[in-house]
This record gives sequence, C-alpha cells and structure tokens, in this order.
Amino acid sequence: MIRVEELCVGYGERAVLSGLNFQVGPGEFVGLLGPNGSGKSTLVNTLAGLLPPRGGRLLMGGRPLESLSSRRRAQLRAVVLQSSEVRFPFTCLEIVLMGRYPHRKRLESLADDDLLRALKSMRRTTTDHLQQRLITEVSGGERQRVMVARALAQDPRLLLLDEATSCLDVRKKLEIFELLNLLNQTQGLTVLCAMHDLNLAALYCGRLMFLKDGAILRDGPTEEVFTPAVLAQVFDTPMEVSRHPAHQRPYAVLLPLPMEIQEAEETLEAAHI
Amino acid sequence: MKDYSISTPDSLDLMAVSSQRRAGRRRFAAALLVLGLGLAISLALATGIGRMDIGWKTVDAVILGKLGFSVPALDHTTEVVIWDIRLSRVVLAGLVGASLAAAGVVFQGLLLNPLADPFTLGVSTGAAFGVALLVMLGVGGSYLGLSPLPLGALVGALATMAAVVVLSRESGRIRKESLILAGIVVSTFLAALISLVKSLDEESLSAIVFWIMGSFSGRGWIHVGFLVPYVAAGLALAACHHRELDLLALGEEQSEHLGVAVSKVRLRLLLGASLLTAGAVAVSGVIGFVGLVVPHLVRVLAGPSHGRLLVLSALSGALILIWGDVLARILLPGGQELPVGVVTALLGGPFFFYLLKSRRARGMW
Repeated sequence: MIRVEELCVGYGERAVLSGLNFQVGPGEFVGLLGPNGSGKSTLVNTLAGLLPPRGGRLLMGGRPLESLSSRRRAQLRAVVLQSSEVRFPFTCLEIVLMGRYPHRKRLESLADDDLLRALKSMRRTTTDHLQQRLITEVSGGERQRVMVARALAQDPRLLLLDEATSCLDVRKKLEIFELLNLLNQTQGLTVLCAMHDLNLAALYCGRLMFLKDGAILRDGPTEEVFTPAVLAQVFDTPMEVSRHPAHQRPYAVLLPLPMEIQEAEETLEAAHI
Repeated sequence: MKDYSISTPDSLDLMAVSSQRRAGRRRFAAALLVLGLGLAISLALATGIGRMDIGWKTVDAVILGKLGFSVPALDHTTEVVIWDIRLSRVVLAGLVGASLAAAGVVFQGLLLNPLADPFTLGVSTGAAFGVALLVMLGVGGSYLGLSPLPLGALVGALATMAAVVVLSRESGRIRKESLILAGIVVSTFLAALISLVKSLDEESLSAIVFWIMGSFSGRGWIHVGFLVPYVAAGLALAACHHRELDLLALGEEQSEHLGVAVSKVRLRLLLGASLLTAGAVAVSGVIGFVGLVVPHLVRVLAGPSHGRLLVLSALSGALILIWGDVLARILLPGGQELPVGVVTALLGGPFFFYLLKSRRARGMW
C-alpha cells in the first residue's frame, strides 16, 4: 500500500524527516507514536500528498505519489485531521457527500449510490441524526465524527489519521476505533494513525512505529515493541508496561518523573537570590 | 454504534433523504422561476421608464416587432429610443449585474473572505489605469461604434490579474493569502500611477473620474456584443467548477484531501471571475457593492452551496443593477443622470451593514 525509501521532508531550511524507510502492506493497522515535534504530522501530510518530499521515493498503491492526480489520490486514501474547521454553514450531509467528490464526474448529478454510501458512513459513525444540522452548529466531537464519516464515504483503501480522536470523549474514541478495527478486519481497510494515546494505540494497532527527531526509532508488532525500554527511550519518561488480564493487550502506566524537574526548579530559585 | 452490520438501503431512509433533497430542488426551482419572471417583467418596465413618455403598449409593440412578430407600423424615433437606446441599456445593466454578482461569488469562495468582491484583487484599478493611459495619450475616436476605452480597460484588467497571479505564486502554488497581498500591492501601485496621470494631464482628470464612477449612459448594443463573450466564458468556467468551490470553502488542506487539484482549480476560477469582472468593468466602469452584497444576500436565503449560489446571484445581480440604473436615470429632476456606481454605493453600503449585523446573529461569517 505504502512504500517509503530514504524519504526526506522539510520546511524551508529545516529538515523534519530524514532517511525514512518503511512499508505498510494492505490491511495493516499501524500506529504512529512519538513525542511532540517528532515528525508524525509531517509524515501524515507527506503521505497525504500535501507536502512534497525533498528526497527519496514514496510509492502509494505501487505508483509514485507525485505521479498520481489529486483526484486519484483521493480515491486511494482519505485523511482525518485533529480538527477541521468549517466556516460555511453546509449541512452535515452535504459535508459527508463531499467525500464522494473524487468518485463523481464533473457534470454528473448525484447518484443514489453516492447518497447511499454517504448515509451508510453516517450510520457507521452514529451521525445519522446530524444529517440536516449545520456543520457550523454541531459540537466539536460531533463535527469530528462527521469528518470520519466523510473520510469513509470517500471509500478509501488507506485511511490516514492525525490525532483524529484526541478531542473525543473516551466512549466516542473507542467507538471510532472499534469501527476502524472492524473495517480493517472485514474490508481490509489499511489504517495509519498518528496518535498520543499510547494505550489506545496498543489496544487497536497491530503494528507500532515510533518516531523520534525525524527518524524511525522502532517499528514492529505491538507485542514486541511496546516495552518499557522502547517507551522510555522514545518519550524520555519512565513507564511500566503490563498485560491486561481481560484482553491480554499491553498497556502502559506512567511513573513519576525522577527528580530532574524539581532540581531544575531549585536551581532557578537559587538564581533569583 | 451497537449494530455494525451494514444496513439495507431501506433502513437508511434513502427515501426520506431523497425527498428532502427533492424539496430543496423544488425551492430552488421556485426561486429560479420568481427571479426569471421578475427579470422579464423588469426588462419591459425598465425600458418603459424614461424622459420620453412612452406607453407600455408601444414598448411591447417595438420589442415584439424587433423579435419578428408582425405589428402595426411605428414612429421611427420611438423605435430607436426604445430598442436602441433604452432596451440595449437595460440588457447591458442586467448582464453587468449578473457578471459582477457571479464574480463576487467566485472571489468570496476562492479567497474565503467575506469582504472579497470582484475588485479586491485590483481588476478595477487595472482597468482604470488602462483607461487613464488611453485618455492621457489622447487615443479617442470610435471604431465600429465602440470607443477604444473599453478595450483599454479590458487589457488593463486582465494584465493586472495576470500580474497578481504571477506575483502570488510560490513554488507553483497559489495561496489565497498571497493573492490578496499581491492584489493590494498591485492595485495600490496602479492607483498611484493613475494619480500621476491625473496630475500630469489635468485635462484628462474629468474623463478618468467620470469613467471610474461607472455608468451605462450612452451605451448600446455594441457594448452588449462586446461583453457577451466574456460573460459566457466566465460563467461557464465558474459553473463547471461549482463543486470545487464548495470544497475550497473548507480550506486548502481539506479540499486537497478530498481530491481537488487546488492550484489548478484556483487558477481556472480566477480566470473565469477575472473575465467576468474585466468584461463588466470595460463596458460600464467601476460599479461597486453589487459583487459584494448580492452573494451575501443570496447566501443567507439559499445556503452556501455554490451551484445554486452562482445561478441565483447572477439573476439577482441582473435584477438589482437594472433597477439601480433606472434610479440613476430618474432620481435627479431635470433629466440629469447620476452615475449608477454612486447609486449602488449609496444603497449598498447601508444595506451591507444591516446584512452583516443580522448575519452575525446567525453565526455566519
């Protein structure tokens, strides 16, 4: 699905990602983890085609990404970002129908099939009741679910998420991931999600990629790489990893930071005198 | 989300949604009908109003006669006044109104800026500069009944637009922020040049000022003929991309995610809107507020969907400018005319303020 070789990306003078190599096969469910500024969002933006790579190769569906038209890209992949402001008062159904744009011909009117797909994805994300509500007037969580619905209406083979569920409550978060998991299992939807919630990632992702300072630190099956050693190295934070008795998935518990913050604060106080 | 099974079409209420959409289409058709009828009636009424008192029957007779129906013979002067002077002017006002309103819809959607109008990016200043240059150089006369001024305005407008686009390109992309900035830079510079022309050549002052104020006075079928290709091409370009306009309204990032080739589409839409604006400015001068207020007004009534917005705005713009021109013709006693640009600004300003106030309450823009 995705094949990345020696990928380098940057803004202006600053290189953000350098020398990335990885592949994501069809039907994988990959979590992208790493501290702030590690390049997660940059990677998602690059994979989405919004940021042209500076070097290396980026293949999607077997073809170089830059050789695909915007339309073709949108048929292959859909993207959900952390928050998507909409300033015009479209109804939520109209927003979801926009997901059908890459599949429609220019002057063709809306087919029943398009409408049906839009309605299905609204049902899947429990946003049915929002159909005629204005996107400018729904809550942040509702809007985010409408955005997921729009991405699903796009009928993509790859779904890229960048902190897509961060602003949702626990229940909604789980619902979205259950749904993604189901689509991944039943329809082979490939999912790549950049996220901060370690335990959510460990719960649903079959594979984890840890990014730090623009490079991949570890990449492998969740069982193997979700370890205290790796987590401590990536996040500079001591953590304990256990296996939950009910679902047998690993989960991490934060441990208090060693004395460094306190020590730094004391030095600072001393400096005042 | 307890039930993950993919529901059958029935349970998804495809019927209900379809019928809602049908109702929406019916409302749109009704609005279309009302505006269309209004336009037809306005065309006749506006042609009947003028300094020379002519009855409606005569107006009908002249128009029908020209359209090939057999009617009793008419006085030649009356015929000329109605057909060549008044009707051509009313038609021109309608076309210019439609162009400006449609261009306003495109510019507002493209720049995501409620204050954008057809002249934001300097098209009007470019046109005015073209005219100022011709006036200063003393190019006058008339070719086939058309003075060279419209041509100068058109070239000025299109060249300005091209300059703005070139200046705002950053590594092959057209960003809306840089478009607005480049527009301001270019039009400020051109405005300075116009002032220079005015100060160097005092004789041209009144001609330039008069042209900039915008008027349909003395325009005829030749101007209609001049404008029609630009209106047709501009409207076609805009209409072909109405769906992209909807998506662009979500912002650059989201529209690219959804498959819009943002820079390419922006360029085409800019071209369309510039053709509309340049054509309108070339034949009538600068007529403000129509392209700013009409899209806002229609958006309040018809929602943000650009396909409908374009059609309804074009019709409303035509209607409004036809009556604006009637006011310009009859407002002053003694047969003197006001520049129609002054009328639209006088009426449009306060109305726009009212619209903004009432819209803020509704949480739109």
